[in-house]
Amino acid sequence: MADVTLKPIGNFDLTVEAEVVTPDNFAGKSADEIGKLLVWQGPAEYPLSDYFSVEGNGGSSAEDTTIIVDGDIPRVKRIGQEMTAGKVLIKGSAGMHMGSAMSGGEIIIEGDADSWVGMEMSGGSIHIKGNTKDHLGSAYRGSWKGMTGGRITVDGDAVSQVGGGLSGGEIIIGGSVKHFCGIRISSGLIYVKGNAFRTVGAEMTGGTIVIGGCIERFTPGFTLEDVESDLKFGDIECPGEYKKFTGDYAIPQKGKGTMYVSCDSNECL
Amino acid sequence: MAGTIAIKNGYVYDPLNDINGEMMDIFIQDGKVVTELSGAGMKDVKEIDAKGKTVMPGGVDSHSHVAGAKVNVGRMMRPEDHYKHYQKKTPLTHSGCGYSVPSVYLGGYEYSKMGYTTVFEAAVPPMEARHTHEEMRSTPMLDMGGYLVLGNNWFLMRYFKEGDLDKAAAYISWMMRTHKTYGIKCVNPAGVENWGWGENVGALDQENIHFEITPEDIIKSLTELNEKLGIPMPVHLHANNLGHPGCWEITRDSLKIPKNVRAKPNTDVEWAETKKNAKRHESVYLTHCQFNAFGGTSWRDFESGVKGITDYVNSVDHVVMDSGCVPFGDATVMTGDGPAIHDLYMLTGHKWSNTDVECECGSGVLPFEYLKGNPVHSVQWAMGLEVLLYVKDAWKSIMTTDSPNGGPFTKYPQVIAWLMSNKARQDTIEECHKWAQDRSGIGGETREMDLFEIATITRANPARTIGMSYRKGTLGIGADGDVAIYDIDPKSLEVNDYESIIRGFENAAYTIKAGEVVSQMGEIVAIPEKNTFYSDIAVDDEAEQSMLKDVKKWFKYYTLGFERYPTPDKYLANPTPIQVNAEK
Repeated sequence: MADVTLKPIGNFDLTVEAEVVTPDNFAGKSADEIGKLLVWQGPAEYPLSDYFSVEGNGGSSAEDTTIIVDGDIPRVKRIGQEMTAGKVLIKGSAGMHMGSAMSGGEIIIEGDADSWVGMEMSGGSIHIKGNTKDHLGSAYRGSWKGMTGGRITVDGDAVSQVGGGLSGGEIIIGGSVKHFCGIRISSGLIYVKGNAFRTVGAEMTGGTIVIGGCIERFTPGFTLEDVESDLKFGDIECPGEYKKFTGDYAIPQKGKGTMYVSCDSNECL
Repeated sequence: MAGTIAIKNGYVYDPLNDINGEMMDIFIQDGKVVTELSGAGMKDVKEIDAKGKTVMPGGVDSHSHVAGAKVNVGRMMRPEDHYKHYQKKTPLTHSGCGYSVPSVYLGGYEYSKMGYTTVFEAAVPPMEARHTHEEMRSTPMLDMGGYLVLGNNWFLMRYFKEGDLDKAAAYISWMMRTHKTYGIKCVNPAGVENWGWGENVGALDQENIHFEITPEDIIKSLTELNEKLGIPMPVHLHANNLGHPGCWEITRDSLKIPKNVRAKPNTDVEWAETKKNAKRHESVYLTHCQFNAFGGTSWRDFESGVKGITDYVNSVDHVVMDSGCVPFGDATVMTGDGPAIHDLYMLTGHKWSNTDVECECGSGVLPFEYLKGNPVHSVQWAMGLEVLLYVKDAWKSIMTTDSPNGGPFTKYPQVIAWLMSNKARQDTIEECHKWAQDRSGIGGETREMDLFEIATITRANPARTIGMSYRKGTLGIGADGDVAIYDIDPKSLEVNDYESIIRGFENAAYTIKAGEVVSQMGEIVAIPEKNTFYSDIAVDDEAEQSMLKDVKKWFKYYTLGFERYPTPDKYLANPTPIQVNAEK
């Protein structure tokens, strides 16, 4: 296992597009070569070493490579984009599009992450220990298919459009979410332990959403089917008593999705 | 700049001159094909060695959707179609993006890379003509023109109802000139009008709401007027009930309506030398036959109904049609047939857009993905190929994907491979849902088209059908110097190795437009001048004046002023009117 440590040294007045920072790209390269990889900032390309000091060489393959970013990089985007294996550890907060379209490997973010984490990812895992913003594991704007595989775990809160268009994989949120959680999902699982505000599961055609807290405004188009307790989806356990709804009946592909809502926090439903 | 070019030793395919793979030289001077180069021309001649290569006239697409309001709606509603498929700018070319609905620049480049030089936009709503022309003007590399949508025009339907065909003729000729368009497009006659009230029509003799005229009336009147006016192309007909299981019967019956209408295209143009008669004799041009040829009675017993149509087409001489092939993958469905799009929305639940173009026509747009594993899609794939393979005479069929309805035009090389190689088809059937085998005849069809037939259905016949063969789709003396040279050696071509066919047609070794090399092995090397063709029809002044009085009165129902209605010349790249002589 080879570690490459990147230490931010500034120059982030414009955001940096760092899709080259993946174990796939770092594998087989020396610290020097890694520093020479080009990233976009505004209209021009500059070497990675303008923004980070690089220590350690890449491993023999992506699998053997771990990238450690030692510091906050909220203005660096696209780290881990399209990675297939290996590990990325961010010891701070990260920018947008972390792990977009990744198909394997592991990303751990110790701080917060910005929007679009894990957009259309198909495999691997992302763990955010802080909070994140919008479009977690969702589809690109206008697209029907979001994340198709893998797992995203967020210990804190997320905001809107969590898992928009989800077609596979799992998203687990420790905290709460806001609007359009699980809009248009067709498969996969979203488990929110905290509260959701409104439009949960709008236009869903399949898949499962579990809300452990309170839904402020429940989506019309769902019908109550049953009450179940202590749900289990593989290794994911959702303790407590849940009302089981199906939907969304507001669209032509009627009601093949399932939504579980905590009984305790949603007495009025 | 029109150059002087000598293309040496290529295997030439020019169906209009019965040239089938003969090794010969082609000379181009001042943008036109000539017998030989004269003294002055010899000086700066550019010689291209086409030894071991296939030489064809530049590709002509007589039915594509590349410019105008609904194409633009497709672009706007599909950001996901654009972000993964893009091209950076170069010193010569613009940047561009989009897969099934590319930006205008990218569309032009991609057509050129495949050896195409002429593309006609198949649906121009009159009120959107300015916009369509603006986009065509910005589409590089291609000579273009557009078909005016007239099948559900209120003003025309009123004249039809009153039986005033003289005024209707005057109206059509005035509209062609006003909007600088080339031919007549008729979409779901009488049905699109009903869609304004949430209805459709289901039979040829069903009267529509308010106007009380039938699809039959409209098809009959339009095809008769088309010939009376001498318009270069036949009426481009999108039949009723499209996309519904069982629709093949109404399609066949629609084709019977203009059976006795005699084709009389009458244009004042100089014709390139051709051995075959380069004038059309068809009175109707059926568009995207595949979508019009659904069999069965529901989606459960859905099957190919292509044979019913091709049997009829094989037995008569007044029909020509394009295929509307489905090459699988991403597509964007866009049509003037609003109700058809609504039905697709009910089926798929996708985002969709519907528009009513005031008193003239309507349209709809919806993203679509054709999957090999989907039973209906796999049959549709088979049907598109059946249309081309079942029609015995290649001069009755044209290869299209109804781009981007069946799939984007960039899939043409793949479609050609299926037509030329039985193995390519068999291999695809293996990957498809079993319906493709069970509910169509494609599995048992062993016909393999040769390069001559491919040249017929991709350049010679589209050009002839739309009356452009006086300068396009042939390499006869006097024709435009539009040539596609493909890196395919007919002598060693092995059709079982169909990947080589796809590779060959994907990137032409050379695309030459008016004697200038414009793209080479997938790279754009020059941006040529382009022309926009339209029909300039001469008619009786008196009829026109009395018709215009009606139109001006009628304009109180429009949201724009009469003065703002016409498309001025400046909206067109090199406006090229074609003089058409109406019967007096």
